[in-house]
Amino acid sequence: MNLSAIDFWILTASLIVASTPILLAGLGELVVERAGVLNLGVEGMMITGAIAGFATAVHSGSPLIGFAGGAAAGAAMSLIFAVLTQYLLANQMATGLALTLFGLGFSALVGQGYVGAKPPMMGKLDLGPLSDIPGFGVAFFRHDLMVYLSFAAVVAIWYFLSRTRAGLVLRAVGENHDAAHALGYKVVRIRILAIMFGGAMAGLGGAYLSLIRVPLWTEGMTSGAGWIAVALVVFASWKPGRLLLGAWIFGGITVLQLNLQVAGVQIPTEYLSMSPYLITILVLVVMSAMGGRKAKGAPGALGRSFHATH
Amino acid sequence: MMRKTLLATAALGLGLAFGGTASAQALDKAKACFIYVGPKNDGGWSQYHHEAVEKMQAHYGDKVEVQYQESVPEGADAERVMSQMALSGCNIIFATSFGFMDATNNVAGKFPNVKFEHATGYKREHANVSTYNARFYEGRAVTATIGGLMTKSNKLGYIGSYPIPEVIMGINAVYLAAKKVNPEVELSVVWAFSWFDPAKEADAAKALIDQGVDVIFSHTDSTAPLIEAQKAGNVTGFGQAADMPEFGPYPRVSSIIDDWAPYYIERVGAVLEGKWEQSDRWDGIASGEVKIGEFSSAVPDDVKAKAQEVMDGIVAGTLHPFTGPLNKQDGTQFLKEGETISDADLAGMMFYVEGIKGDIPK
Repeated sequence: MNLSAIDFWILTASLIVASTPILLAGLGELVVERAGVLNLGVEGMMITGAIAGFATAVHSGSPLIGFAGGAAAGAAMSLIFAVLTQYLLANQMATGLALTLFGLGFSALVGQGYVGAKPPMMGKLDLGPLSDIPGFGVAFFRHDLMVYLSFAAVVAIWYFLSRTRAGLVLRAVGENHDAAHALGYKVVRIRILAIMFGGAMAGLGGAYLSLIRVPLWTEGMTSGAGWIAVALVVFASWKPGRLLLGAWIFGGITVLQLNLQVAGVQIPTEYLSMSPYLITILVLVVMSAMGGRKAKGAPGALGRSFHATH
Repeated sequence: MMRKTLLATAALGLGLAFGGTASAQALDKAKACFIYVGPKNDGGWSQYHHEAVEKMQAHYGDKVEVQYQESVPEGADAERVMSQMALSGCNIIFATSFGFMDATNNVAGKFPNVKFEHATGYKREHANVSTYNARFYEGRAVTATIGGLMTKSNKLGYIGSYPIPEVIMGINAVYLAAKKVNPEVELSVVWAFSWFDPAKEADAAKALIDQGVDVIFSHTDSTAPLIEAQKAGNVTGFGQAADMPEFGPYPRVSSIIDDWAPYYIERVGAVLEGKWEQSDRWDGIASGEVKIGEFSSAVPDDVKAKAQEVMDGIVAGTLHPFTGPLNKQDGTQFLKEGETISDADLAGMMFYVEGIKGDIPK
């Protein structure tokens, strides 16, 4: 065993990259759930974003256009969910699951011609002297643009939800849609916008996976990342700051288990592979044991359909 | 209507399967079927099987009908797919991954008149099952010679798929050959527990690189490890099961290429002539089943010469990658001075040689 070979700062840099897809998708889902909608189709929207982003980047030659394509595809997918659940009042859980299954199959179909293709590479952002800071600079200042955008998104979403009027309205819709409706807010319209934002973020997360983390397209390449994003939102008790922390823990475990193998630590890899999921279960149990709904911070109208009957 | 056709097909299939002694007769037309563990354009293992299949098809033209299925999971699904193929009139079925071993033998028992060929396995439970493999470890001895001489950190990394003899003999071959030219080398092994999972393979390569490894060998099917090596910039890698020239001249400095076409042509030909017999084929560089990709311009001339020397020795039969004195990891003697390993020991190799750190996962 040679643990000294594991450099803490380099490990941190790797875990930030590994956690970016789930962070982006999780942030989107957080906003959706704050608006009172439970969309379990994150996995499907992510993988659709992955193939759409990959395809647009290959054809346009620009990774940035690829990301735009991924976000657009994710948003388009979420629109299906929005129409079904907001206008036709379909069950949100079932519709979300259907969206995931549809996305996995659809992306495999679209992706037939892209297996083995190479997307344009996106360079690291040049932050000059900052990236030369020993340790800290290695961990935080040698990333690509999307990593910094995801950090910015954490701050922006926190500010939006807790410091702006529009954020307050969105939360009101999520807490009690009847009251929000009585006050004259357009519940359905607000929710559709939130759902589309969630779809776009999931698409971005998927595109990050296929364009940067592993610049390749393969069927089912999200391999459960969307579900981890859904779990993350609960883990974070619907707060953007905690979501970042959670994403790092999840990404960190994935990276750490491979690094431990290289360092020769004798832990059966099966345990390490299942550890992210075990931790999710553990956190959910601990959080529900700590108190009622208030403590967990779940939006009051989460998962309930709204129909303006009066 | 539809149902009638289905029934007719099933009856025909059963007729073919249990139809007496048709197996020894020459056929005018044969149907050859293949299952792949990954997509046919994975850039590695499955793609090279598929290309060999296309060559075989071109060789026979209309005489052979080809059917294949991609991304077949190892396990019950493989059994279902192969049964379906046998029922639909396939005369010979090739299962092109180690994990199809039990499924192949199970299905072969049910369809005694269909020929089965299993790649890289060792079970031949029925008279209609053959196995075929290539001596990849010979290729690894050549690439490891290059890697051992080109490393600057003296840290080599190996991305393994599953802990099976096929993979373990590759790890041992790499370590022994690299150690021979550079006594300072260390080898770290990471298990991906998948043949084809680009995200996992990339993460594994990254973990190795993060810990100072600058030469990566892989025994998985995608090009992801080479992509990571390319991102890092100063890490050497090799094409695995395929040439992967798009990553040359660096990080890909050479490659181990599988060429299955001659075998497929021979075996399908045997079915056409009615002369197919059970066999256990294991050929290497000398007979062309394993090819070494061109040494790229990034390899210094003296390193090229050394690698060529190893390759020539293997072809001439004067050099065996597993030659004594050789100890197992725990220090017990395995081969005496000058002794070479038997094929049976090689095919069942489940231990690391002395000098490799870590345990093989159970």
